[in-house]
Amino acid sequence: MPEIKNYTMNFGPQHPAAHGVLRLVLELDGEVIVRADPHIGLLHRGTEKLAEHKTFLQSVPYMDRLDYVSMLCNEHAYVQAIEKLTGIEVPLRAQYIRVMFDEITRVLNHLMWLGAHGLDIGAMTVFLYCFREREDLMDAYEAVSGARMHAAYYRPGGVYRDLPDSMPQYEASKIHNAAAVKKLNENRQGSLLDFLDDFTRRFPTYIDEYETLLTDNRIWKQRTVGIGVLTPERALALGITGPMLRGSGVEWDLRKKQPYAAYDKVDFDIPVGVNGDSYDRYLVRVEEMRQSNRIIKQCVDWLRVNPGPVIATNHKFAPPGRESMKQNMEELIHHFKLFTEGMHVPEGEAYSVVEHPKGEFGIYLVSDGANKPYRLKIRAPGFANLSSLDEMVRGHMIADVVTIIGTQDIVFGEIDR
Amino acid sequence: MTTEKKSLREELGSLLGAQLVSVQERLGELTVVVRAADMLSVLTLMRDAEELRFAQMVDLCGMDYSEYGDGAWEGKRFAVVYHLLSVVHNSRLRVRIFAEEDDFPVLASVADIWPGANWFEREAFDLFGLIFTGHPDLRRILTDYGFVGNPFRKDFPLSGHVEMRYDPEQQRVVYQPVTVEPREVTPRILREQTYGCN
Repeated sequence: MPEIKNYTMNFGPQHPAAHGVLRLVLELDGEVIVRADPHIGLLHRGTEKLAEHKTFLQSVPYMDRLDYVSMLCNEHAYVQAIEKLTGIEVPLRAQYIRVMFDEITRVLNHLMWLGAHGLDIGAMTVFLYCFREREDLMDAYEAVSGARMHAAYYRPGGVYRDLPDSMPQYEASKIHNAAAVKKLNENRQGSLLDFLDDFTRRFPTYIDEYETLLTDNRIWKQRTVGIGVLTPERALALGITGPMLRGSGVEWDLRKKQPYAAYDKVDFDIPVGVNGDSYDRYLVRVEEMRQSNRIIKQCVDWLRVNPGPVIATNHKFAPPGRESMKQNMEELIHHFKLFTEGMHVPEGEAYSVVEHPKGEFGIYLVSDGANKPYRLKIRAPGFANLSSLDEMVRGHMIADVVTIIGTQDIVFGEIDR
Repeated sequence: MTTEKKSLREELGSLLGAQLVSVQERLGELTVVVRAADMLSVLTLMRDAEELRFAQMVDLCGMDYSEYGDGAWEGKRFAVVYHLLSVVHNSRLRVRIFAEEDDFPVLASVADIWPGANWFEREAFDLFGLIFTGHPDLRRILTDYGFVGNPFRKDFPLSGHVEMRYDPEQQRVVYQPVTVEPREVTPRILREQTYGCN
């Protein structure tokens, strides 16, 4: 009987550590991985093809559903591509609102990542802590757009509406009596900006809590130090971007290097790793949360004292206000044309990028002048990151696959599109 | 910013010269078209030349131009668009390469130049049916196991060709021709560029 040395094992797609619908075919030599073949596409919905059959505005909510833990960053890249082609000027206040919500999104994403990554490796408490703070930020989403996750808040030319003056309140129920609800609602008495201001003051101590649990934790270090090491040259060649690239020591952040929106007007630092292992990527992302908190704070301060329009006044692309529409024939026609036929984006092509929490999220938009995109290509950071999985797991033990999937911060909404 | 772009354009001109079919700069983005026959040498040079140093291939996108401008397109049908990024010089470049034959579009694989291109080429193969010679593992990636057709080609209908349902008689999942009617909420309208600009 021949001796069988290597064997293959199927991992996922219903494995809790597969972060959605990843199916991995692992070739093993004992407990050591020889080859990993990710099978993706189980969540493929054909977003790019669908967008070719929708008007430009109708595709905005599809963007939320790409990377469904960092919704507004996806939208930002999409509306920015349209703005680039049409040349619409975005009001400064809208740019600050976008920066603020991009950073809220980044914190949301990193909290989700930290919680799930911790849970994969065996740290349950971090998950509970992270979701506690996510709740506050999702309430900010709700206050501004009415939806906790799929906001559809950005529009070509600005944002849908200005920041609200009040926050949604908790109501008394069987679980929380009136006294408990009063305490929960304490920081929700003012406007959204007051609430976020309060959050930015509380958040650094929360990050300290996560770090107390993990940064010097012996088990955490044993599971992450030296796992999935990427050299800077290799990371660049593999098309890796974002915190994974920075974890390898490449100081590359689009918010600094190719600033968009109001990022050149706010002050923040780029954390960079040294060793390029999972532990460094963890440190980079935790520090990014602190920097995001700084940016949110600066945006809150700016937005408090600088009222103004939040969407462009060019009604070929941005709808007129409700009131003027009811009094003015011209505005009524614009509104009608905009929502029946949609905007016509001039012929041309544009590639717009944002520094998404996972890396470089790009929208390559080709328009032939019609009211629908001719081709929309979504450059998903997770797609390139996951393609390096095979190389990163080779030679590691099977338990480290889970760490490496976690450290890549993959979300199938964007990878499969 | 503009001076940098200018110099990138000049660098490309001096390094590649006749190998560039066209160079276009619009909206602050530089686009070059390269012949499929020259693509490997040109792209390798773009990665390695000291003045360019495009160490990262950020995106690779398949294109089907067959219905561009509602039939106004006269060039080749299929193309691949590469977006390159130079971290050293902080510059971006778009390279477009048309496949010579419309019926059997073939291009060379760049997976040896940028290993990150591997999956992107599999995606273009899957969705557009573009063949990349020299690719280490050209399999479908996003569509289902056993899928037939190239869904992102313009002649592939949005609702597809087959649908899947559970058949209680055969007690298994069966494929059958689609029964849904194609529905268009907003028609695609292409107007003259000056429409509404009086």
